[in-house]
Amino acid sequence: MSAAVALRQYTGAAASWRRVRALVRRHAYLLLKSWPRLVSMAYYPTVTMVLWAFLTLYLAPTASFLQSAPGFFIGAVLLWDVLFRGQLGVSLTYIEELYARNLGNLFVSPLTLPEFIASQLVMSVLRTLIGVGAACLFAYLLFRYSIFSMGVPLIAFFTELLVFGWAIGLAISGLIMRWGLGAEELAWAAIFLIAPVSGVYYPIGVLPHWLRAIAEALPSAHVFEGMRSVLLHGQFRWDYFWTAAALDALYLCAGIALFTAAVRHARRTGALLQMGE
Amino acid sequence: MLTRGETRASGETSHASDAAAIVVKDLRKSYGKVEAVKGISFAIRAGTTTALLGGNGAGKTTTLAMLLGVLSPTAGEIAVLGHDMRKQRHRVLPRMNFASPYVDLPKRLTVAENLRVFADLYGIRRARERIDSVALDCDLTQLMKRPYGELSAGQRTRVSLAKAVLNEPDVLLLDEPTASLDPDIGDRMRSYLENYQRRTGCTMLLASHHMGEVERMCDDVIMLRAGSVVDQGSPEDLLARYGRDTMEDVFLDVARGRASGDHSVGSGAEEVGVS
Repeated sequence: MSAAVALRQYTGAAASWRRVRALVRRHAYLLLKSWPRLVSMAYYPTVTMVLWAFLTLYLAPTASFLQSAPGFFIGAVLLWDVLFRGQLGVSLTYIEELYARNLGNLFVSPLTLPEFIASQLVMSVLRTLIGVGAACLFAYLLFRYSIFSMGVPLIAFFTELLVFGWAIGLAISGLIMRWGLGAEELAWAAIFLIAPVSGVYYPIGVLPHWLRAIAEALPSAHVFEGMRSVLLHGQFRWDYFWTAAALDALYLCAGIALFTAAVRHARRTGALLQMGE
Repeated sequence: MLTRGETRASGETSHASDAAAIVVKDLRKSYGKVEAVKGISFAIRAGTTTALLGGNGAGKTTTLAMLLGVLSPTAGEIAVLGHDMRKQRHRVLPRMNFASPYVDLPKRLTVAENLRVFADLYGIRRARERIDSVALDCDLTQLMKRPYGELSAGQRTRVSLAKAVLNEPDVLLLDEPTASLDPDIGDRMRSYLENYQRRTGCTMLLASHHMGEVERMCDDVIMLRAGSVVDQGSPEDLLARYGRDTMEDVFLDVARGRASGDHSVGSGAEEVGVS
């Protein structure tokens, strides 16, 4: 037996920070040793961007709005991917723990639920930056389009869409915790339910009246309206910004509440030790 | 076989005290109409090793899960190291740990990566030194760069145990710690746990189906049947009370509903519905 090393543990905020870092480290280990994972994270955003870029090239001679804002569709698809990757980043980080049957070990450790959620959010940011960052790079290299041409408003759009993605990701994680990996498909498909009413490529004014009411209840619709305002009129609309921010806060609270309720349910049923493939 | 009592008689350090590390009062767990744990109560003295015995479905794993805070009791109280596990779980979890061959670690991560993640989760200072020390103790030094998923069952059990002692817990809960190990590795693990307990004075509670392990390692035994505590005492007391030579026979008596001292073949008949 080795010589005993006096063991000391961090406490308080230092310990809390290390627990979040531990989970981020756990997922970073997984990502960095698997190039297929890294490639697949960048693959879909890049391919979608290329499709919309060619559509832009095709439509540009006849569509006046594309002449004044050539990045109209490319910017939209890249921002849509911020929402999608943000949501996937949360859901897939959770699903990885189910595949690994690791939830039991995590929840008997000092890890708290807010720390677990915080680690999911950090991983979501990293996954989004990798996935969308690669697509942005290719947009510039292939089509000379820079997402940064939107200027400072890009920070607001990025943040608001990412937070909405977190909210949806947490809600989906909660549903998977409640219903098991049979509900895994939700992680990939659920976001597309809101795509038509988010006004990604068209103003929500074209929607039927009843659908417009639904669209206005989504932060994403306000973000994309705001994006069009910047691209077409060069004007940052604070009303869209504040509406999206307020809705984000509401949805994020709902997502956290749903996930917390699912964990509480899993504690009642014993699912934390049993969940897995 | 060297029993726990003999170890003490030979003058080894004992950390056992009268203070209870774990106190369980009227603990119940129901899943709908099914009562998995039916109002059990027990106290485990600090610095001792206690076995939770019972057949499949007796409530051992359910009890362990409630002690760890991953399963909410329907009713009752659990105090670990003086803390109420319902309200103060996060104050005591840094001083506890758990190992089970039925709860995996991430398979694609190497042994070193897994231990690093859990060292950080338990807030261990100078984590690298601690990991090296535990790896040496658990004979993992040669396996540190291997992915956990590529290890044999015995190697995985050693990693799981290394993870469980990383934070040098005051309370260590083990669910069938030597299941699926060959006799040689199983013996090494038991020796390691005995040495570890002797060195650190931690309180160990283990669910096991290995009666030799229980006789060798445990100061006390809690016998469960159908969610109730049906008997408890030291292995020596139980052997004397049931008039048996081995804990295996005591286990069979309890599992089949035979009262202590009653060895008649038919004494379990009512239990299994034979008229």
